[in-house]
Amino acid sequence: MKISPHWLRELVPYTVDPRQLAEDLTLAGIAVESVSGTGDTTIYEMDITTNRVDAMNHYGIAREISAIYDLNLKPLAAKLPAPKGKANFPIEIEVPQFCTRFTGQVIRNVNIGQSTGRVRKRFAQLEQKLINNAADATNYVLLEMGKPTHAFDLDKLEGSKLIIRMGRAGETLKTLDGIERKLHTDDVVVADANKPVALAGVMGGWDTMITAETKNILIESAWWDPAAIRRTARRHAIHTDASHRFERGADWASCPISTDLVSEIILESGGELEGEKIDVIARDFNREPVSLHHAEAKRILGKEISSNEVEHIMRRLGFKLTPAHISPVATTVSTGRAAGVIEAPADYTVELPTWRLDVEREIDLIEELARIHGFNKFANTLPGFTGAVVEPEEAQRKEKIRSILLSLGYNEAISSTFIAKADSQAFSRNAIVEIANPLSEEASAMRASLVPGMLDMISNNLNRGTEPSKIRLFESGHVYSLKNVKNAETEEHDALCIGATAAAILENGTVGASASNGAEVFLRLKGDIESLLESFQHQSLSFDTDTPNYFHPGRSARAMLDGTTVAHFGQLHPNIATTRKLKQDIYIAELMLDKLIELPLRSARYTRLSRYPAVDRDFSFMFEDTITFDRITTAIRALRLAELQSIEPAEIFRGGNVPAGKYSLLLRVTFQSTDRTLRDDEVALWSTQIAEALKSLGGAQRTQ
Amino acid sequence: MYTLPKLDDFSPAALDRAVAALIAAAETESSAVTNDAEFKIFRDHWMARKNGILTQVNDLWLKAAPKEAKKDVGARVNALKTAVEEIVAAAEKRITAGPSLESQRIDVTLPGIKRPLGAEHPIIRTKNEIVRIFQRMGYSVAEGPEIETDYYNFESLNFPPNHPARDTQDTIFIAGQENKPQRDRLLLRTHTSPVQIRTMEKQRPPVRVVIPGKVHRNDAADASHSPIFHQVEGLAVDTNITFSDLKGTLDHAMKELFGSDVKTRFYPSFFPFTEPSADVQISCFKCGGTGKLNATEGCRLCKYSGWIELLGCGMVDPNVFGFVESNGYDPKTISGFAFGMGVDRIAMLKYGIDDIQLFYHGDVRFLEQFA
Ligand SMILES: [Zn+2]
Repeated sequence: MKISPHWLRELVPYTVDPRQLAEDLTLAGIAVESVSGTGDTTIYEMDITTNRVDAMNHYGIAREISAIYDLNLKPLAAKLPAPKGKANFPIEIEVPQFCTRFTGQVIRNVNIGQSTGRVRKRFAQLEQKLINNAADATNYVLLEMGKPTHAFDLDKLEGSKLIIRMGRAGETLKTLDGIERKLHTDDVVVADANKPVALAGVMGGWDTMITAETKNILIESAWWDPAAIRRTARRHAIHTDASHRFERGADWASCPISTDLVSEIILESGGELEGEKIDVIARDFNREPVSLHHAEAKRILGKEISSNEVEHIMRRLGFKLTPAHISPVATTVSTGRAAGVIEAPADYTVELPTWRLDVEREIDLIEELARIHGFNKFANTLPGFTGAVVEPEEAQRKEKIRSILLSLGYNEAISSTFIAKADSQAFSRNAIVEIANPLSEEASAMRASLVPGMLDMISNNLNRGTEPSKIRLFESGHVYSLKNVKNAETEEHDALCIGATAAAILENGTVGASASNGAEVFLRLKGDIESLLESFQHQSLSFDTDTPNYFHPGRSARAMLDGTTVAHFGQLHPNIATTRKLKQDIYIAELMLDKLIELPLRSARYTRLSRYPAVDRDFSFMFEDTITFDRITTAIRALRLAELQSIEPAEIFRGGNVPAGKYSLLLRVTFQSTDRTLRDDEVALWSTQIAEALKSLGGAQRTQ
Repeated sequence: MYTLPKLDDFSPAALDRAVAALIAAAETESSAVTNDAEFKIFRDHWMARKNGILTQVNDLWLKAAPKEAKKDVGARVNALKTAVEEIVAAAEKRITAGPSLESQRIDVTLPGIKRPLGAEHPIIRTKNEIVRIFQRMGYSVAEGPEIETDYYNFESLNFPPNHPARDTQDTIFIAGQENKPQRDRLLLRTHTSPVQIRTMEKQRPPVRVVIPGKVHRNDAADASHSPIFHQVEGLAVDTNITFSDLKGTLDHAMKELFGSDVKTRFYPSFFPFTEPSADVQISCFKCGGTGKLNATEGCRLCKYSGWIELLGCGMVDPNVFGFVESNGYDPKTISGFAFGMGVDRIAMLKYGIDDIQLFYHGDVRFLEQFA
C-alpha cells in the first residue's frame, strides 16, 4: 500500500522530514517498507501487519503520528450543502448478525465524468487507477480514511429499496469484474426488490454500476461481519480492497462520515443531496471497557511507564481513559479463578475506539503503550532461572551417529521432503501420505523413505560433474506414512540414509562400471555400518540377506541388533540404477534411526591387558560356497574355548585350482590367556578340535 | 696430506707442538671427507697397519726417543692414538649416516594425502550453533512432529479458525482430512511454534526450551524461497519474565552468534501468539551498521540500511496460556516470551550464500566447503 507523507501532513502537523518520519513510524510498528521520491512527492510503500487494518489508510497513519509526537490530529469533516427534500429509500436488514449498520445517501443530478483536482493528483502519485468521479470518490475515501464504500446507479435499483439478505439458491450476480457468479445461500448480498446488486463487502454488481449515463446515485457505507465477508471472498476467490478491510474489521462508527466524504467529492462536479443520510442500525456496537493497571504493565514490560505518558499515548490513539478514582467500574474484585490472587484495583478504565477491533484486553493496551513508548527504550536484562536443564538422550545418540558418519567421510545432506507418489511407493510398503495442495505433481506426496531423495542427490551430483569418487552422502530426517488409511492418520519416524558410489566407498577414482570388486565395496560399507551399530549397547549384532527388492539381491544385507532390524544396506538394484540413469554402481544404507536411538550408547568397559603372549594358528581349508563365514565362526565358538580371542579370515581365494562353487579360506585363530603363558600341548589340542569342527562343515583341509 | 715429521727435540714443549700439529692435521683432513671412498683413503692414511700415520708414530717417534724421554713419549703417543681413532670414527659415522638419509629426502611442499572428512551441512551446523547458545543460557532442547494438527499449528497459538492471519502461513495440507473436525485436521507445520504448546502440556512452569526443526510452506522455490526450511524457536515461562528479559536474551544471543559488536533493534510486529510482538534487526555485521562498505560502495547485504531483519519474538499471549492453564499456566501469575528465527536465512547471511536451493540438492561441491 502506498502512502503520501505530504497528505499525512494535512492531517497532522508533523515537522520531521519524511525519511525520519518513516523511521519513527516503523519503530512504532507501522512499517514503511521503502521510501521513494523527494519533498512533496515522496511516497512510502507500507507493510502494515494484518491486525492493523485501521492503519491501512492516511488518517489511520496520521493518528499514529499524533501519538508518536504528541500532536493534534485534524478531525475528519465534510463540507456539505443542506439536503433538499426527503429521501424515500428504505433499507431493510434481514440479517442483523452479518450487517449491523447500513448508511446510505441519495444524490440526484450528478455529473459523471473524469476526476479532477486533488483526486486526480493524488491518484497519480499513489498509482491508483482513475475510473470516474463517483467510483474515484469511494476509492479516495478508502485511501483517506480506510472505510470501504460503494456507489450504485440509483435508477438501476428496482423497487426503490435495498434489502440486506442471504443469497438464494439459483441466483446469480455479474460482479464489477465482469464475472457471472453463482450465489450461495451463505453469501450475504445487497439486493433491490428483485435481484442481488452487490456481493456484500466484497464487490458491487455490474448492472447497477456507475456509468457515463448515471444521473442519480445511492452511496453505501455499511459494517459487515468479518467472518461472513471472508467466507464469501474465499468461496468466490475474490480479494478486493474492500474485502481485505471488512475481513479484518472495519470501523463501525465511520459509516456516516465516510458517506459524507464521498458525497462531498461527488458534489464537487454537481448534483444535490436528497434528504438526510439513511442510517439503519440493526445492532448497536458496544464493547466493554477494559481495566488498565500500571502494575500489570510493569509486570509484563519490566518497566513502569509514567501516568502522564500512559494518558497521552492512549488519548492520542483514540482511547478514552477514566482514572480509577472517578471510575465506577474500578472496584477491588476477587477473580475466584486462581485461589489467593486478588486483582488489584484498576488505575484506569479504558473505552476502546471503534476502529481498533484488534484491541480488546489489557495486554493489548500494554502493547500499545510499549510500542508508542518505543521498544528500544526498554533495558536489556537477563532473567533468572530456577528450572533444570534437560538434554534428551536421543539427541546425544543422534549426534554420535552424525559424528561417526562425518569422520568416516560422508557429507551431510538434506533432500526434499516431498516426492512424486509413484516414487514414494517404489521404496516403501507403507501407505503413502498425500498432499491436498501440492506444489507440483513431482511433490504430491510425503516421502516414505529417504532412498529416492538420496538417489536424486547422487544423480544431481553425477549430472553436474562432481567427481564420482567424492559422492558420499548421508541424510537424517523424518519419513512419513499413513497408520490409518481410512482416517488419514499419519505417523512419522526418524530415518537415516547413506548413499555413495562404489568409487567413493573405495576412495579411488579408478572403479569402473565393471564392479569386479563388489565384495570389497560391500565389505567397506558394511564396516562403516558396523562402526555405527557397535557404538550402541547390544548383546548381538547379526546380518542376513533379507532386504527389500530395490537392493541387489546378492550384494545386500539386513543388520539386526539383539534381533531388531536396524539397517538394510548394499548395492542398489542395477535395474533401478538403469531406470534412474545412474551410470555408477550405487551403494545405499537405510538405518531405522528411531529403533536405533532407543538403545543406549555403548559404555566403555576396561579389561586388564594380558601380560602373556598371544598365539596364532592358521587353518587352510576349502569350503563349499554355501558355507558362510558366519557358520564357520559359529562352529568354532560352539567349542567354547575360553582362551580363544579372535577368528579372522586372513585370505579368501576363488578360482585358479579351486573348483567352481568352492572357495579356499586361510583362517587365523588367536588364543591368549590373562593369567598364564599357553602351553604347546593345549594349543595343539584346541587346533585339533577346530580342524574337526571345520571338517564337520564339509571343509577339506589343505596342506600349506 | 700430512706427513709425519722426524723429531730431533724430545723436550715436552717440542712434543706438545708436534702432537697438536698432528691432531689439527687429522681434523682438517677429516672435515674434507664427503663420501665413502674419500673416507677409506682418509682412514687408511691415518690408521693402516702398514705405514699409516699411527704406525709411523710408533716407528718415528716412540722408537726414536732417547731412553730418558721414552716414558713421556709413550704416554703422549697413547693419548694421540685415542684422539685420532675418535676423529676417524666420527668421520665414518658422518659419512655412513649422511648419504643414505639424504637419499630419502621428500618434497615437503607436495600436497598432503587426505583421509576424507565428511562435511557438516551448513544449516545443521548453524542450527546446532544457535541451539548451543541457548543451552548455555539454561535452555533444554525440545522437538516435535512435522505433520501437525490444526490445533497445535494454529488454534492453540491463537489463530482462530478462518482468521485472516492464517493466510500469511501458506499452509500445505495433508489430503483426506475433510471429514474431521477442523482442529484434528493434519497439515505440515508452518513454524516450530506448535512445540511451545506441546512443551507446556508436558511440563509445568518454569520452562525454558529451545526448539529446532524443519517446517514447510507452500512457497514456490527460487533463490530466496524454499518450501522446506528450518527454524529455531525458543520459549521461556516463569513468574517474572518481562519484555526487558526478552530483549536482553536475544541481544545476548545475537552477540554470541554474530560477534559482540552487533547491536539489536526491536520494533513492533504482529504474531497471533505473542503480545506485544516484535521483529528484531541486528546491525549489519558486514558494514558495521553504516550501510556502506567504503566511501563509494554501498552494502548490499543489508540493502544499504545498516540493519538486517533476523527474527520474530514477543511476550506469550495470555490466550495461548489459556490453552494450557490447567497445567499451571495462569496468565495472571506467570508470563513468558517466545522467539523464532529462520536457520536458512541465518546460514545464508553467515556464509554469504546467495541461493537457498543449494541447501537442498546435496551437491558435494557445495557441501565440501563446510568441512
Ligand atoms: Zn551492511
